[in-house]
Amino acid sequence: MRYAETGVNLEIDLTRGNIERVQTDPKDTELYLGGLGTNAKILWDRVPPEVEAFSPENLLIFGAGLLCGTQATGCNRTIVTTISPQTKLMAFSMMGGFWAPELKYAGYDKVILRGKSPNLVYLWIHNDKVEIRDASHLQGKGSNETAQIIRQELNQPKAQVVSIGLAGENRVYYASIEQGRSSASRGGIGAVMGDKNVKAIVVRGTGDINVAHPVEYLEQCNEVLEYIKWREDNPIPGVIPILSVLGSPQEMAIHDEKWHTENFVWGNARVRRRDFWTEEVAKDWHDTLESARTRMISCHNCPMKCGATLTLPGLPTYMMKCFSKLTYTMAAFSNLQFGLTIAQKATEYGLDGYSTPQVMAFALELYENGILTDDDLPGLPEDNEERFFYLLDLIVNRQGIGDQLANGTYWAAKEIGNGAEEYAHNCIKKHEQLPLKLGMLNPIYFLMYCTGEKMNVTQIEGQFPQAPFPKREHREKFVKDWFQVPHDKFKQYFLDWELRGENSMPYYPTVEMTCDIVDWMERMHYIDDALGICAGVSSFHLKPPYHIHNFPKFITYGAGIEMDEAKLTKATKRYRTLVRAINIRRGMRRKDDAPPADHWKKRFPELEAELLDTYYEMKGWNKEGIPTLASLYDLGLDYVGEDFLERGILTNGEDAPAEEAPAGKE
Amino acid sequence: MTGEKEKKVVKTIRIDIDKCNGCRACEVICSAFHAEPKYSSNNPARARIRVIREPYKDQYVPVYAGDYTPAECAGRDKYTIDGKEYDECAFCRASCPSRDEFKEPDSGLPLKCDMCEGEDEPLCVKWCLSDALVLEQREEEVAEEEEQEELEVGLESLADKYGLDKLKDTLARMSKSKKG
Repeated sequence: MRYAETGVNLEIDLTRGNIERVQTDPKDTELYLGGLGTNAKILWDRVPPEVEAFSPENLLIFGAGLLCGTQATGCNRTIVTTISPQTKLMAFSMMGGFWAPELKYAGYDKVILRGKSPNLVYLWIHNDKVEIRDASHLQGKGSNETAQIIRQELNQPKAQVVSIGLAGENRVYYASIEQGRSSASRGGIGAVMGDKNVKAIVVRGTGDINVAHPVEYLEQCNEVLEYIKWREDNPIPGVIPILSVLGSPQEMAIHDEKWHTENFVWGNARVRRRDFWTEEVAKDWHDTLESARTRMISCHNCPMKCGATLTLPGLPTYMMKCFSKLTYTMAAFSNLQFGLTIAQKATEYGLDGYSTPQVMAFALELYENGILTDDDLPGLPEDNEERFFYLLDLIVNRQGIGDQLANGTYWAAKEIGNGAEEYAHNCIKKHEQLPLKLGMLNPIYFLMYCTGEKMNVTQIEGQFPQAPFPKREHREKFVKDWFQVPHDKFKQYFLDWELRGENSMPYYPTVEMTCDIVDWMERMHYIDDALGICAGVSSFHLKPPYHIHNFPKFITYGAGIEMDEAKLTKATKRYRTLVRAINIRRGMRRKDDAPPADHWKKRFPELEAELLDTYYEMKGWNKEGIPTLASLYDLGLDYVGEDFLERGILTNGEDAPAEEAPAGKE
Repeated sequence: MTGEKEKKVVKTIRIDIDKCNGCRACEVICSAFHAEPKYSSNNPARARIRVIREPYKDQYVPVYAGDYTPAECAGRDKYTIDGKEYDECAFCRASCPSRDEFKEPDSGLPLKCDMCEGEDEPLCVKWCLSDALVLEQREEEVAEEEEQEELEVGLESLADKYGLDKLKDTLARMSKSKKG
């Protein structure tokens, strides 16, 4: 008997219309856990580097986390894995909501799509019954609209739906996969779904998910829930509000946006407005949110209310969470009413809330600087806000210059030329980032931006405070109940961290300490991504309810796989290295591990090089960032080592970096 | 029935639909509690509480499984509350032929909330950190009444589904084969 997981993947060949249930190997669960870990293994095994994002051989994998469907609070994530059209690397965007548990109850751990359907279809998974159904009537429909039509036509109000909008259908490189209150937005995975001609995947499941040691497992779950309750009553003092309480950043709950609006940059990630947040603005935005928001809502089995139901005048109701609240507003130098209004349309189109506003602001910057002209933007409205709606339609329909803009700032700039490249300034690995431009290098963030293959800093950071506390007594108080640390040395790192003087940034935390901290942060995210636990009750946070000390128990009692901290740390390192290996095989190297050049004004090239060298070494990678043969063998990834040798990525004389792999080149 | 009065603790769960965040933790923990062995499996389709949800209409109604009924209502009413139109069934506790709610997914047998007998409070209440579900207890004098046993309810529903004669035949056959 399999515990926590079902042990069955659903393999769907869209080209031939073939559906298979495939038993998975329990050994793989032990080695790679589930979710991201086993997704990565499948992608390595079956998608060689020659395969491009829009090739039928590319897989689109929807993986439920290992513990999804059990009682574990906040465990509901779907990890979507494929090759990204934008970065040409492995994309593993994720979403909460209700879909992953429903898939488990239907009897499957993953849905693996391959091939390409000849016409637009949707998949209907109802326990043992799996159908590929015609979706021609859904062509061009919004993502939410689609979900509602399907639920109605199947007469299945409880079915959970993931769907794409027009952006996915038209293969916009930053198209999302939407699920009503959640979305998997990064890396253009919606475009891959559109390329495969799949409009939606609909799931209804009424089966059991078993746990191995019921009483012990429940005890762990109860402890987590108790701790969440305690944290609700005891927010962490001395940090900004969104970090003091659990949950995905509570953007739907809070009104005070002084910190975001004055510290993040506006337009095409350019302008910092230090005195923006006036009383007048505060009142206006407060009224906007209050009148639009009808309810705070949650994902499956989670008490955190990170999302909201929003209804704006004359528009269909939609749901939102987190930072999309501000991205459109800030890209357009506008107000919250505009932001929430255009986000409704963008959600129906199915677009990433980070990249999309930035691409539009980028286009307008090109226009203002004469690189794009009236010929490129025929009928461009005079009104600023209307321009954004105009560009949104242009992009989603790939009309005229929209065809280039739909590929993101990096690729659009390359095609437009004429100096446009300078305006595509906020990417990492060709993917648009949060709009932040800061003063002095922060060594912790430097490493996270460089090496975080999740492309999104909120999915990399967490655990360790973002800045030192000014007073030692506050620091002492903070570390007192900090039991989540994997080792007591982290407490000392924090205690000695000062705002100014010898123990301040960028040279403190020292290179070694920085590497320790970043490695810990990343590990916790990777564990979440395999188990299906939301970073909002776990890795994103200071002092979260899930940590390295209780995770092994969750796996032992839940999945029945004997686990301890050392074994879990090694398993995590294994599939993290595999993610790296997939990208290395696609041509990624040290030169790609870089933040946007203008992210910090004051840079420290020598320190940065030392940070990367030391971190790579700690991870078992060579100077080029390629996992070494020794580390691959140690992790049992011999097959990766052999592949690297065969391809000349590594040579047997140990780890002299060979020529870059030819695949995935621009 | 003796007709004598006796003291009984009446448990009431106060349901505040304005506070429901739609997470369905109540369904999850309910199904785990009623699993055999306890907590060994999860399956909201077996839960004795359901959140009747219509997210795009902003409707979230936690409903507890009540009694089994062999026939659905002749007519259905609609309620408008705060400008939102609810189906009458959204508030109904019955395990009824008109819908899938409150039936074992495999057997179709009716489910009924037992307030998590043996626990300090129903686990759905304990797991609802939003306080959409809150337990209240009070003592009341009530006429003693024999409760219809679970077995009887189950048999009745089977009789309704397959007919009493068929049920009798099957029982006879089953007892025969057990003896054999």
